[in-house]
Amino acid sequence: MSTSLSTSSNPTQWRRPPVMFKRRWHGYLFLAAIVIYLITATWSIEVDWGRVQEGMARGWRFLQGFLVPDFTTRWRDIQQGLIESLTMTWTSTLAGILISIPIGIGAARNLAPAPIYFLCRSIITLSRSFQEIIIAILLVAMFGFGPFAGFLTLTFASIGFVAKLLAEEIEACEAVQIEAIRATGAGWWQVVNYAVQPQVMPRLIGLSLYRLDINFRESSVIGIVGAGGIGATLNTAIDRYEYDSAGAILIMIIAIVLVVEYSSSYIRRWVQ
Amino acid sequence: MTDSSPSHAPVWQRSSSRQRLVKWVGLFWLVAFSVYCWQVMNEDTIWAFVEDAPAQAADIGERMFPPEWSYLGRLWQPLWDTLNMATLGTVLGVIMAVPVAFLAASNTTPSVRFIRPLALLIIVASRSINSLIWALLLVAIIGPGLLAGVIAIGLRSIGFVAKLLYEAIEEIDERQVDAVRATGASGLQVMNYAVVPQILPAFWGISVFRWDINIRESTILGLVGAGGLGLNLQSSLNVLAWNQVSMIFVVILLTVIASEWVSARVRQAVL
Repeated sequence: MSTSLSTSSNPTQWRRPPVMFKRRWHGYLFLAAIVIYLITATWSIEVDWGRVQEGMARGWRFLQGFLVPDFTTRWRDIQQGLIESLTMTWTSTLAGILISIPIGIGAARNLAPAPIYFLCRSIITLSRSFQEIIIAILLVAMFGFGPFAGFLTLTFASIGFVAKLLAEEIEACEAVQIEAIRATGAGWWQVVNYAVQPQVMPRLIGLSLYRLDINFRESSVIGIVGAGGIGATLNTAIDRYEYDSAGAILIMIIAIVLVVEYSSSYIRRWVQ
Repeated sequence: MTDSSPSHAPVWQRSSSRQRLVKWVGLFWLVAFSVYCWQVMNEDTIWAFVEDAPAQAADIGERMFPPEWSYLGRLWQPLWDTLNMATLGTVLGVIMAVPVAFLAASNTTPSVRFIRPLALLIIVASRSINSLIWALLLVAIIGPGLLAGVIAIGLRSIGFVAKLLYEAIEEIDERQVDAVRATGASGLQVMNYAVVPQILPAFWGISVFRWDINIRESTILGLVGAGGLGLNLQSSLNVLAWNQVSMIFVVILLTVIASEWVSARVRQAVL
């Protein structure tokens, strides 16, 4: 043991160890690749500055419209759009949950036999892989314009969300309780009703409220492709350059989302 | 002892009769309200169209079926645009979200009473307006094109990233902050050496997660004129070229699956 070696190898300056990569230069290489990509990507955006300048006046008008919203001129349209959105949200969330419960149970590995498990999992994957807007486009083409197509879109989209999370919750259930109920000689239905349901109910209510929230946000856009709701009204308002009406609609959307979000988080805390 | 005859034996029940009454009344109102909503919603529904839907669906399905593979050649450029829009939008959103998150977290905000509610308001406003609506507005303001899409994605991402990030900041281990502060570090140094290393994995995880969501969102922003695959989707829909539409769906599906895979791998690596 030479003492000179140990003193010379002691660093006097502390350097923070790299967090993500084992070697420092890996990090630099990664960073360089990202920077090169970002520059290429930024370069590929063509900006028509003349058009932007022209738009600034419009942007300003929109901002003014947002600060001084006009609720009265288009009130009838706004009211109709909002009622459509809200009823669509409510009915589709309810229908989505009712369909999700059997599918969610079927997609839980600890309750369902293999063929049913795979069937239910594929329904969930199908529902989750496409954006609501794309489903809305297809359903509007099939069922015609209006809130009915929107109702179907949101119901379909809710299934993937609620059923997937419900299935995960059922799989995470305490097996001991299921075993205990099964030991009393209970059938499959009784196991679901007395062992699984009490365990997952709070979570299911939480999920439903969360989905209600999401469905309202989505119902405010699917109108753009013709599926009814406030989105259609908003689209018309912007197309006609009526920014004060558009501002009013946006304020109402934000307000409703706020109310739904706060009340649902309140109810969730109360249930769980 | 006639009282203990089997017909009077107590039967176990999950809830008391009062609880049951409340439950049934609640259920009744739920059903009644839903039926009412259903009727209000369907006032203008033309049921003939709905009855006709299976035939329509079969017709569209038939026209979609062989996707027009030759159309793929014209989709590479929009696909590249879509990816760029999602990525740049995410970068923009993250850059704007980080300060908002620090202002919103109760342990790093300069003022709990004034600045925190403001930051939370920004988060809620950004989250409650869908990116398609942001795009609709921005196309009206700065004209159609990728820039509108990038900004729309960015504005929409602020709320999501900031919300998850400020929750991560609030969950950090305060002892490390104390330890660094005890060495005599300044405020910025405490940030850099005690707070940032603790939230960095969450930060990368959240950003990649948002990027994955943004890929999905950017595929349809073109519907309102913001560039990318949605633009092609709109033009194919306008001429009812359903086999082109199905080709675009295939491309979107594959892109979404790929981005989900990338996002899952990165999140696994950092979290």
